[in-house]
Amino acid sequence: MTSETHGAASGDAGPARAPGGLPAWADYGLLPLLNLTAALAVSALVILAIGENPLAVLSVMVGEALGYPEAVGYTLYYATGYIFTGLAVAVAFHAGLFNIGGEGQAYLGGLGAGLVALAVPGWPWWAAALAGTAAAGLFGAAWAWVPGWLQARRGSHIVITTIMFNFLAASLMTWLLVDVLIKPGQQSPESREFDPGVWLPTMDRALGWVGITVAPSPLNLSFLWALTCCGLVYLFLWHTRWGYALRVVGRNERAAVYAGMSPARVIVLAMALSGALAGFSGVNDILGVQHRLLLNVTNGVGFVGIAVALMGRNHPVGIVLAALLFGILAQGGGQVSFDFPRLNRELVMVIQGLVILFAGALEHLFRPRVAALFRRRAMAAVAGGGL
Amino acid sequence: MDDALTTVLLLLDSTIRVATPLVLAAFAGLYSERAGVVDIGLEGKMLAGAFFAAATASAMGNPWLGLAAGVAAGVALALLHGFACITHNGNQVVSGMALNILVAGLAPTLAFAWFSQGGQTPLLPGSARLPSIVFPGVDAMAGVPVIGPAYAILFDEVNVLVLLAGAVVTVTGFVLYRTRFGLRLRAVGENPAAVDTAGLPVARLRYQALVVTGVLSGMAGAYLSIAHGAGFVRDMTAGKGYLALAALIFGKWRVGPTLLACLLFAFTDAVQIRLQGVALPVVGVIPVQAIQALPYALTVLLLAGFVGRAVPPKASGQPYVKER
Repeated sequence: MTSETHGAASGDAGPARAPGGLPAWADYGLLPLLNLTAALAVSALVILAIGENPLAVLSVMVGEALGYPEAVGYTLYYATGYIFTGLAVAVAFHAGLFNIGGEGQAYLGGLGAGLVALAVPGWPWWAAALAGTAAAGLFGAAWAWVPGWLQARRGSHIVITTIMFNFLAASLMTWLLVDVLIKPGQQSPESREFDPGVWLPTMDRALGWVGITVAPSPLNLSFLWALTCCGLVYLFLWHTRWGYALRVVGRNERAAVYAGMSPARVIVLAMALSGALAGFSGVNDILGVQHRLLLNVTNGVGFVGIAVALMGRNHPVGIVLAALLFGILAQGGGQVSFDFPRLNRELVMVIQGLVILFAGALEHLFRPRVAALFRRRAMAAVAGGGL
Repeated sequence: MDDALTTVLLLLDSTIRVATPLVLAAFAGLYSERAGVVDIGLEGKMLAGAFFAAATASAMGNPWLGLAAGVAAGVALALLHGFACITHNGNQVVSGMALNILVAGLAPTLAFAWFSQGGQTPLLPGSARLPSIVFPGVDAMAGVPVIGPAYAILFDEVNVLVLLAGAVVTVTGFVLYRTRFGLRLRAVGENPAAVDTAGLPVARLRYQALVVTGVLSGMAGAYLSIAHGAGFVRDMTAGKGYLALAALIFGKWRVGPTLLACLLFAFTDAVQIRLQGVALPVVGVIPVQAIQALPYALTVLLLAGFVGRAVPPKASGQPYVKER
């Protein structure tokens, strides 16, 4: 494999190298907060330029996302998909790979889940959910495996191939839905609805079984699977031999080779895992909410995953928090147009883009300054102790 | 026979129309990537160019001011990319992605607020669109059999930006391979340390390349909204920036092959529209999506080394840090 192209993919996108003299709380708490504040400040300028009051918009956004039980359900539903794709991006990041293909992998994952649901009417929901989730993971993994293999064995740049695979996925899905899976006698390119018995239960229904009443919302059981995946990813990355190899390859490929690891195998594994995680977000949308296959169901979930992973510092706990934040943004941002006629929901993408810019591309903007601040304080403390 | 010829000529004509924004965007990417700055943000710069060109043309009624605004938007984004990647050594792919998402949100947001037409700009009148040029001799040759009509199909209405794109290709070929600036530009993308050792400013050269990138991608966007189209619509670029990137890679980051790749991809697009629902001998009806996916599939195959080999500029994607 060509180390140059791979090295270009890793670069600074990989997990943060321990910066000189920056305590963990500043690295994982203060810096993301600073980046978020900068992104929100610029968004506020955009809102001001449009002629609305940023603080009023913010308060409506938060209120519409967290203010009443149904809204919280919607927020968590959005967060579910973002946790999956955020984890997907993070696993690839730890191996020094930048997986931009989450969008296509999620699309294909939805296809896998949907094909299972179409094939097994009459199954109990839990059996369909298990099979559907497995299929979603397999389809997503397969769609990411190819770019992973091409990177590992042929040296094709993973960034470019995953971009291309997003477009290939879109073409494939359009063809399947327009020509193959479309319900006969129907105009819009959608499959028939799944048998209601195999729908993934919503959280309000599931909680109803144990006597807890919550407001109905699209939030479904895949949320629990997302949280489980966070735990599994944590255990895998930091407590297994494979996870260790993955992180070593991400940090220093040459060291990995000296340690007897095979970077090529690790890269393929990392991409397959990443794809499977992204694919799971299809379960949330297809089995949990739409109950049929349709076009453009992913709606940018793969790209938001990049922002989530960057904000969450590629750690499962951070990813859950960042996914919640973007869930609030998605749910609250979708509602602002009702209160502010000059705004529409595309504002959410402005904020997402700015978060990626400040937390990702401009991560060196604040870091050296904050690090210098801490160094000065440490030195002052030493000097003070000496007296 | 005459019919077949007309079909071929019409295909060529629409190929050139579709190829123009691709050529402009791909050559925009050529400058930045040959200087060692990966640019997956072509899509965003095009979209910004399209929006600001249409918004200005609509407000001022002057297409040339629109073009200038589109170009300015492209340059501003390119400089932001440079600020993140050159000045602050940020990740170039992340920065490009961020700008794409930012513009995908910002353009419809501003359009919605400024024009209240659901994220579009108003339909532009002919006077606010970049003019087309009628080549001399169309009337004079009308009487000549075969050649006359053929000439008319290809040359009776050629937009100024189409001609400009042609000029860009020629000038780029000259600048990149025959001037001192071009040599330095290529050097800074292959071995910035050597350029630095020779006492040349690496960062300034990369910024210069990015300004050209901004100008050309802004033009590509303006072509969509104020030359080919008549106003900005939501998601107007529809992946053309990525397609241009694919063409640039398929053209192996070289002038001639990149031009050919753009023409090839544009040709598949033109053919695709004509082949819809037509049964071909042997293979039958080809799904439209299969033809639409062809450029991306070809690019993956090329990157995999199954059809030729694409070797990017050696230093692309890596920030240049002086002290190692």
